[in-house]
Amino acid sequence: MIKQNKHWYDYLWIWAIIYFSLGFFNILFAWLGMIDFLLPLFIAGIGGNKWFCNNLCGRGQLFSLLGGKLSWSKGKATPKWIVSKWFRYGFLFFFLIMFGNILLQTYFVFAGASSLEKAVKLAWAIKVPWEWAYTQGIAPDWAVQFSYGLYSLMVFSLLLGLIAMFFYKPRSWCVFCPMGTMTQGICKLKNSEK
Amino acid sequence: MLSKRVAQFEKTVCVACGACVKECPRIAISIYKGCYAVNDLELCIGCGKCAKICPSGCIEIVEREASHDKAE
Repeated sequence: MIKQNKHWYDYLWIWAIIYFSLGFFNILFAWLGMIDFLLPLFIAGIGGNKWFCNNLCGRGQLFSLLGGKLSWSKGKATPKWIVSKWFRYGFLFFFLIMFGNILLQTYFVFAGASSLEKAVKLAWAIKVPWEWAYTQGIAPDWAVQFSYGLYSLMVFSLLLGLIAMFFYKPRSWCVFCPMGTMTQGICKLKNSEK
Repeated sequence: MLSKRVAQFEKTVCVACGACVKECPRIAISIYKGCYAVNDLELCIGCGKCAKICPSGCIEIVEREASHDKAE
């Protein structure tokens, strides 16, 4: 057996925990989630690979660790319908629409059409009061609104991932992760061009 | 001596997450251009660790000859 070398980026699962925790202190830290949004697209677009998913994704590593090493996963096969293309692309489409909705809410607050909502929304319906993570005056309201939106999206998708990890393979989330689907799509497009 | 069995990847199902790459004790698997996983048949010993971890269920452990027949 050949031992795989450990790299600094094998510990990025810590980042997944830090990101989640920072949202409890100040919601503005949610903006850091844009790194997880843009970096995979950047790497896929420029490099034409999924190096982010394969090596840098803290969430994937966290699921591997909890589901694999700590055996929190029942390890059943991921259901076929989750692995199917229509579900994967459908889920991506749904997430893009929801991200668009976050941008729209941000714009509404920016334009003064609606007021800042200091709550984390799970599944876009369940409101969790989250006022303590808001400090008035350090950032414009629209920037705070975006923070609440993005953090809600991140926390809800983390929950979905944890549920999938619990019942199915540790990294079941990766099957329908919108970023994963998107980056694989970009790579496939880039490859078919050549 | 090559192993009797090897891992076979269904590339149309693979999501290229790389879970198998990290799991492989022989460093035989790589992700081909972000599209799907491929294994080096010279290195693969068909241990099945990748198949066990694969979240998309795209890996099957098959007889080496059978996998060759299919590839050709």
